[in-house]
Amino acid sequence: MRYYALFVLLLCSSISLSQDCNYTLSGSVKDLHDGSLLPGATLILAGTEQAVLSDLDGKYTFTGLCKGTYAIQVSHPYCLSKGFTVRVDGNTTNNFLLEHHLEELNEVVLEGEAYRNQTKTLFENKISNAQLEDFSSGTLGDALNSISGVSSLNTGNTVVKPMVNGLHSSRIIIVNNGVRMEDQEWGAEHGPNIDVNSASNLTLIKGAGALRYGGDAVGGVIVAEAAKVARKDTLFGKTIMSASSNGRGSSVTSQVTKSYKSGWYGTLQGTVKRFGDFEAPDYVLSNTGIFERNASLRFGLNELEYGVEGYYSFFKNDIGILRASHLGGAQDQVRAINSDRPLIIRDFTYDIGNPRQEVTHHLARLKVFRRFEGVGKISLQYDFQRNNRQEYDIRRGEDADNASLDLELDTHTLMLDLDRDLFDAGTLKVGAMARYQNNFADPNTGVRRLIPDYDKYDLGVYAITDYRFGEHLVVEAGLRFDYNYMDVFKFYRTSFWEARNYDELFPEIVVEEVGNQILTNPKLDFYNTSATAGATYSFNEQYNLFFNYSLASRAPNPSELFSEGLHHSASRIELGDLRFGPEVSHKLSLTFQRENTVFGFSVNPYINTITDFMVIEPKEIQQTVRGNFQVWEYRQTNAQLLGVDVDASLAFAEHFRFNHQFSMVKGYDRTRNEALINMPPVNIQNGVVYQNPNVRNLKLSLQSDYMFGQNEFPDNNFEVFVPETETMETVDVSTPPEAYHLLNFSSSIDLYMDQRSKLTLGFTVTNLLDTSYRNYLNRLRYYADDLGRNFLLNLKYNY
Amino acid sequence: MKKKTILSALFLAGILFTGCSNGDDTPIAVNEEEVITTLTVTLSPVGGGTAITLQTRDLDGDGPNAPEVTVSGNLAAGTQYNGSLSVLNETVTPAENITEEVEGESAEHQFFYTVGSGLDVSTAYENFDGNGNPLGTEFTLTAGAVSSGTLTFTLRHEPKKPNDGSLADAGGETDLAATFNIAVE
Repeated sequence: MRYYALFVLLLCSSISLSQDCNYTLSGSVKDLHDGSLLPGATLILAGTEQAVLSDLDGKYTFTGLCKGTYAIQVSHPYCLSKGFTVRVDGNTTNNFLLEHHLEELNEVVLEGEAYRNQTKTLFENKISNAQLEDFSSGTLGDALNSISGVSSLNTGNTVVKPMVNGLHSSRIIIVNNGVRMEDQEWGAEHGPNIDVNSASNLTLIKGAGALRYGGDAVGGVIVAEAAKVARKDTLFGKTIMSASSNGRGSSVTSQVTKSYKSGWYGTLQGTVKRFGDFEAPDYVLSNTGIFERNASLRFGLNELEYGVEGYYSFFKNDIGILRASHLGGAQDQVRAINSDRPLIIRDFTYDIGNPRQEVTHHLARLKVFRRFEGVGKISLQYDFQRNNRQEYDIRRGEDADNASLDLELDTHTLMLDLDRDLFDAGTLKVGAMARYQNNFADPNTGVRRLIPDYDKYDLGVYAITDYRFGEHLVVEAGLRFDYNYMDVFKFYRTSFWEARNYDELFPEIVVEEVGNQILTNPKLDFYNTSATAGATYSFNEQYNLFFNYSLASRAPNPSELFSEGLHHSASRIELGDLRFGPEVSHKLSLTFQRENTVFGFSVNPYINTITDFMVIEPKEIQQTVRGNFQVWEYRQTNAQLLGVDVDASLAFAEHFRFNHQFSMVKGYDRTRNEALINMPPVNIQNGVVYQNPNVRNLKLSLQSDYMFGQNEFPDNNFEVFVPETETMETVDVSTPPEAYHLLNFSSSIDLYMDQRSKLTLGFTVTNLLDTSYRNYLNRLRYYADDLGRNFLLNLKYNY
Repeated sequence: MKKKTILSALFLAGILFTGCSNGDDTPIAVNEEEVITTLTVTLSPVGGGTAITLQTRDLDGDGPNAPEVTVSGNLAAGTQYNGSLSVLNETVTPAENITEEVEGESAEHQFFYTVGSGLDVSTAYENFDGNGNPLGTEFTLTAGAVSSGTLTFTLRHEPKKPNDGSLADAGGETDLAATFNIAVE
């Protein structure tokens, strides 16, 4: 209230003063506690609508000021926003102090990326927040897809796996509220078990830089975080309701936070989503409905010197998998691929039949931290995750309602971290991690285990340090060691065991022979070293250059080691290899950025060279009584990925902004000298946004998304005998779909706003022209078109 | 002090969790319940004589070994045969009779007989589902003139019923597909 009064007063005063208005106000934004400089703080000058960001050195400048007293609001993502009044008389210097709660995000994000992501967050803060809320009814993958360089590997439109610079699954670490997700993420058709509504911001690190959470992020790290809670007595919340025409479903999410000045706080959040069959422009995509239920609870005490936080989240998802994608052998594949339309199209329904996935994920964590004088901040975190995944296929007889895959994965992790300041210009972070994991594959499925029972033990230690040299240069380096041990019980088919020559190579691991299977007890260990080094150079207030090298080392996942059998949803036989060692990636990345509210851009070329890259690809055709199946076998090769991501944004007229994104990645198998499979095609996005804060914050945007056809791909086609025509027919599993262009429209307006609450209405149309298209990275592209037009109505209430 | 207690408790908890779950029970083997290892076609001449059997057998299911295909003899020109199909899962002992399952879910299954162009043979369904649509675990086969070619048996799960008798029209998923080289002499 006090500030408001001041506001009005100041408004009057600054208007009435019509004198020399060429003064500047400059200075820096600093942490109240240790005086460290805060880059990326937003400073808003009341009454003038001038807003600036503090630069890498925490410095800011306002120009064109008149003599007088100004009210300035200073905010920073990790601080409490604060109002100040400053008397300007001539060129004035003033430093602002904010209470900066040291933030995990800053600890994880490494060189270059730290600054980049942070500034990016600021530069596009509102957009990215709004984007997250726009994706309230979608998935985490959908939201991430809006970042340049991120694409997704989809199974239909409800299983969306993020793909960063061409890499996915085990090569991407997803960190949910400080916990590394362990949710059978190796599977290409296993979506991340995170409610997009439980995160208030998403950070993407393209590369293995975030050593704190692991050294095996060959592709990248995605950090989803809840909002920081301020230390004040307050109660606030938000509810988002959305309804979609496509899928005829809706989603409701709500969260409420109570906090106290004493530092205690609690947040309760929940989401329900229900959709029926989605629709392509010309037909219903039968059995693609989804029913998702999530809840999370967070509570804690946030003192400056110490704190504790507890978090629990529950995620449950029933996902229908396109009925027409479930096939017998290669002859069925020929029919399905040669047909323009899915072979099974039924009337719309909300019912989810087989094939389907039913996934439950529990995540609990407890974290305590304390700052010790002369030592730094020590935090200890324990987290537990239980992931239960059931997959149902089309089955016969008594097994019809029995899951074909039933896995339970329990993970316990203990992390101990120390953060300390190094002299005045640097920081040091060290930590250790211990993890125990148990996978149990329920034998009652009546289907041989896709992934065997195993116990896994991981130990890791890391150290990261950064140091500032003078005004312009920051360097950073980090190192991490990991040890993994796996104790596995795996049944092999005797015929496979012998065909692979394992009977000669590993006679010592045989436990017993049961019928036509052999029980083995492989005990595997892997040592992994990962490292990162980089530098940031800021030329002036606008231009920055980031350079980063990261070395990542990833042990093979259970699927790469132990797959051995028919994978129904892919209609192929998949074979892993017990002899695999870790894959090692060297990634060089350069970013040139111009930070400017009128015209800003970033250009990020990179090269990722991976030795012993694990890739699955077709090898031969296998005959069975069921028909012929293509055999896909994992092998290790040397791979190289090269690419560039470009972002640009230009405010070309008042209230108008033009946004551009360009992503390109090329992946090659250097051993065989051919293209890698499933590389995202070149993608260009252009959008025009009109936003007027004076007209109820009206926002209108039109976005064009052009996806090129992938022209570099390995030829994995094969031939199969079709008895009816007595011919050998080619099964074209390789040729990527053609290029396509989509138009999306979105709009939002604040219907109502007062000091305490705000009601926003959003209206979005995706695939405006109802274009029929297929996406190379959708595993169901052989069988059906992608989604048709969707009208989405979105109502958001903040209070 | 209190914090230290919490810390040590946490540590202990972690170690305990890790320590306790070490049940070294060996897992039990899973025998595939739905694998089809064997299709046997028995063709008995109407009016008596030696039956001819066609068999495809793949004891490792979708393991690396290919099915063994055997044809016990040639068909006699101008002879009519009563055909019956037997589908087994021999990865389990005793072998599971899948024919019974197929017949139990007759509305959701159908066998198709595809005669290659060179072979002079005709087939007709002899058993039907509850709606009077063909099932085809029983059939008759009439051998025409001296000839040779392929005869393919296909079992479809959830085909369109009724259909025009062709695989293309029936759709559904292939549960079984076996091609035999046959001669009529």
